[in-house]
Amino acid sequence: MEPIIRTENLSISFGGHKAVDRVNFQMPTKHFKSIIGPNGAGKTTFFNLISGELKNTEGDVFFKGKSLNNLSSVERTRLGLGRSFQITNVFPNLTVLENVRLAVQSKEKIRFNPFKHYLHYKKITEEAITILEQVLLSNKAHHIASQLAHGEKRKLEIAMLLALDTEVLLLDEPTAGMSLEEVPAILDVIKSIKSMGDKTILLIEHKMDMILDLSDSIMVLFNGKLLADGTPNEIMNNTTVQNAYLGGLYDGELIET
Amino acid sequence: MNKPILLSRSNLILFIIFLALIAFPFVMDSRTLTILLTQILIFGILAMSYDILLGYTGIVSFGHAMFFGIGAYCTAIMLNDFESTIGVFLGSIVVGMIIAGILSFLVGLLTLRLKSHFFAMLTMAISGLLLVVAEKWRDVTKGNDGFTFKAPDVFKDRIVFYLVVLALLVIVFITLKRFVNSPLGRVLIAVRENEQRTKSLGFKTLYYKVIASIVAGVIASLAGSLYAVSLRFVNTSVLTMEITLDALLMTIIGGVGTLIGPLIGSVVIESAQHYLSGLARDFPIFERWIIFFGIIYILAVIFFPKGIAGTLQSKYYQWKAKKVQTTNVVPLSKNKESSE
Repeated sequence: MEPIIRTENLSISFGGHKAVDRVNFQMPTKHFKSIIGPNGAGKTTFFNLISGELKNTEGDVFFKGKSLNNLSSVERTRLGLGRSFQITNVFPNLTVLENVRLAVQSKEKIRFNPFKHYLHYKKITEEAITILEQVLLSNKAHHIASQLAHGEKRKLEIAMLLALDTEVLLLDEPTAGMSLEEVPAILDVIKSIKSMGDKTILLIEHKMDMILDLSDSIMVLFNGKLLADGTPNEIMNNTTVQNAYLGGLYDGELIET
Repeated sequence: MNKPILLSRSNLILFIIFLALIAFPFVMDSRTLTILLTQILIFGILAMSYDILLGYTGIVSFGHAMFFGIGAYCTAIMLNDFESTIGVFLGSIVVGMIIAGILSFLVGLLTLRLKSHFFAMLTMAISGLLLVVAEKWRDVTKGNDGFTFKAPDVFKDRIVFYLVVLALLVIVFITLKRFVNSPLGRVLIAVRENEQRTKSLGFKTLYYKVIASIVAGVIASLAGSLYAVSLRFVNTSVLTMEITLDALLMTIIGGVGTLIGPLIGSVVIESAQHYLSGLARDFPIFERWIIFFGIIYILAVIFFPKGIAGTLQSKYYQWKAKKVQTTNVVPLSKNKESSE
């Protein structure tokens, strides 16, 4: 079967530094893959190359066999590559509901109607509220996004991604900066997305227990290079990975070096 | 909670103000005040158009005067060269709007890809270029000396013109209100809030910015047309930076992103201009009324960064939220959910 995403020698250099270095990977549709690697390994940069936020200097990204090299991030989103951001990236002065509603509006392709009142699109509001319920944020629907607690902002970030309803979800550290008590809620949300079974998910995370719990496969990036790619078991038993990276594993939590 | 309400309290207040404005010239028999009020309304239209850029889309343009000037010159030239009838007047408005629309489309397409400050500089440069052209193309514009022309006969009655301007302002206000509350308007606000995120949601933000700039340009041209008729005179001052700054000040002092704000700003600035310069006869310092203006502006930015309307609005929402909280209902947001 044609892989849904495939990269071919995907690389980017900033000056002389190769942040992502000839990464070849592919994943089948409806697969759950996690990307791990120490800070600075190029994980987010790799995401940025796939979603089009950054332009690769070499290689190519394919989505369902189609080259994405000449497509902007907007066009990639429309094709079906949605992403969330590691640093919370929402519309700060709009309400939570409004944030999600904009994403639903984009999915429904209601873009240029200049006259009908936006509140008359009942379906959009209802859909947005359903998604907020899904991420347990509906009680905050009318709060201004910037006033949310950090964990809630992360939920909103995921809600916006869900609202786009893209085939592929690129989740960039959904639990970044969260307190331990807040993590299970996000984990549940991701699990419920996975259990629906119609999404292909690529996840960047540091929390190993979460990764082992969720992933069908894991890929390891190290200094911009693909170090290993395989099932959780294979990765855990891979000596190169252990030496390079998992040596710092303690109690399911990675110690940053 | 989630429905636009036509008969909301704020709409009712606006309607009462509207009725008062209609009645005004018949109750107050003052030519000066009618003229001042007309001026306020015209600059209100200009400032609202600027608010679409600054307040809703987050674009800072220093070249807004060019669209105002295009409208003013179109109307002046057409009324002067053809006959001064209502038909020509209306035609000139349409022609002005079309030219302004095309120009703002081109300028937008060329410049809106740039980062905000470069865009601001470039709009200033293009507007400056247009000013130079108008200065030099004396056959058509008579340069800095300008020219007088005859307005259509019906407008000899200042009250009629006042009412026409008022009607146009109401139409513009309602149209723009609709516009900013449409799905398209929501995306403009999203662009203002976080352009990169808007892109990653799958909106091509450049299109939206160009649309905002066209709408703003077209409406500014309408204001320019009315301005020329109100003076029955036009010169290159309609293309100068001062017009842009007026629009900018009105929008900021009144409150960005509110539409009502620019109207309030227009009232404040036009009346201040009128009364402060009137004081100059007794107190020569007021010859330099612009100094006081600067002070007002500085104070406004320090104490009312959201402008008059914005400050009142958030005070109102705070008060409402407090009231709601004490009655133990879900707190309301400051989002304008309930006001159409």
